[in-house]
Amino acid sequence: MNSLHEAFAQAAALVASGDPALVDIVLLSLRVSLSAVCIATLIGLPIGAAIGVGRFPGRRALIVVLNALMGLPPVVVGLLVYLLLSRAGPLGELGILFTPAAMVIAQSILILPIIAALARQAIEDAWTEYQEQLRSLGAGRLSAAFTLLRDTRFSLLTAVLAGFGRAAAEVGAVMIVGGNIDGVTRVMTTAIALETSKGDLPLALGLGVILISLVLILNAAAYLTKEAAQRRYG
Amino acid sequence: MDVIRRFLAAAFGAALLAHAPAFAQQKFITVASTTSTEQSGLFKHILPIFEQKTGIQVRVVALGTGQALDMGKRGDADVVFVHAKPLEEKFVAEGFGVKRFEVMYNDFVLVGPKSDPAKVSGTKDIVAALQKIKAAQAPFASRGDKSGTHFAEVRLWKDAGVDIAKDKGPWYRETGSGMGPTLNTASGMNAYALTDRGTWLSFKNRGDLVISVEGDKRLFNQYGVMLVNPATHPHVKKDMGQAFVDWVISDEGQQAIAGFRIGGEQLFFPNAAP
Repeated sequence: MNSLHEAFAQAAALVASGDPALVDIVLLSLRVSLSAVCIATLIGLPIGAAIGVGRFPGRRALIVVLNALMGLPPVVVGLLVYLLLSRAGPLGELGILFTPAAMVIAQSILILPIIAALARQAIEDAWTEYQEQLRSLGAGRLSAAFTLLRDTRFSLLTAVLAGFGRAAAEVGAVMIVGGNIDGVTRVMTTAIALETSKGDLPLALGLGVILISLVLILNAAAYLTKEAAQRRYG
Repeated sequence: MDVIRRFLAAAFGAALLAHAPAFAQQKFITVASTTSTEQSGLFKHILPIFEQKTGIQVRVVALGTGQALDMGKRGDADVVFVHAKPLEEKFVAEGFGVKRFEVMYNDFVLVGPKSDPAKVSGTKDIVAALQKIKAAQAPFASRGDKSGTHFAEVRLWKDAGVDIAKDKGPWYRETGSGMGPTLNTASGMNAYALTDRGTWLSFKNRGDLVISVEGDKRLFNQYGVMLVNPATHPHVKKDMGQAFVDWVISDEGQQAIAGFRIGGEQLFFPNAAP
């Protein structure tokens, strides 16, 4: 277990050094993944709420598809977005392949089903429970959906965190659409893949330790915020 | 409608994040190249010199040669810098590249376990070595990814009279990945592998692997550079791309390449035609 020990030492040394290149990589990782989470949340929560309280033909099939899409392979999403954004593809004109914007798009697509599917379940459960009450108050489906989004906000936070975890951890999609360009599109996961392929396993694992710590800190912050909010609003 | 307000705030935040200024307006070109040039550290050594001189940032996407050429064909790169002459000539002949220039060479080496189960160490004859590996059914890790190195490996098997697609057995493992991952695999299972010298010298997880065969003329590895054809892909940044091509084959660029060393050892030998 020598190399594990070495990895933690590497991680500590990296953090202590405050290497500007590492800081850039960390910041880009956060920027890309948090942007993707924001976009996927904005689109995913309304979709989840609509399916959760709505009644329409094909709803059950849609739920199955949505749940299945939670398992979208990142490399497939990466490939699809690559083909879309490639100069030879339909959106090639934009010229955003190998930029952080392309990475945000890929990760948004990847985590949208996770956020939407988990939100759908939370809202549907709440809808089953409070349906009669809400109806008796004269709420239509639309206003019920908004009320439920608000009431289930703590469950929805978990959905959003699940999405963030997936975005921060994936390497397949950002590698393909970002290209792992030094100083431009290199993020934590692609840097880890690169160091692994250079055979510098302790450094790769050290970067991994830093990435996991970051995700941990963000989750702790979200949890504490949630607790504080719960105390305040009940 | 607290929820909506929060959504809008989040949207605004997302927009801000996505439009941070760092990537705006810089002059840059995209170069599709191979893992051997990027991971060995060659680009880190020579690109700052070019950038300082011209103000053009060079963004390198490192792939296998096959993939890098494919990236050029799709118009996703301005310049292609790879190492598989026949494929490069085909690329130019099909109108995807303007003109191919030779830049530099290094060589491939056969690495293998110290214990040398196929008894190939010490020979300079790569073809005989491959025949022995096949005869001994000693583990061999192949790139299997249509890269320049994979292409060279298949050619060497052919020289050795082995139809590797047909004759491969369980001893022949295709990793389908880059040079580094393939070396990691070879190191993990004590297999032989063909690698370019640059990647080998900068590779750290060697385990029991050492160089088994080197110095055969057939292990020569030539690199070429070409501008992606603006006639096929009008958005190609032809002036900046051509400036980069011209620079790598200029005296200054060639000297920069020659000056790149790892542990005192020169990795790439410039040989652009004057």
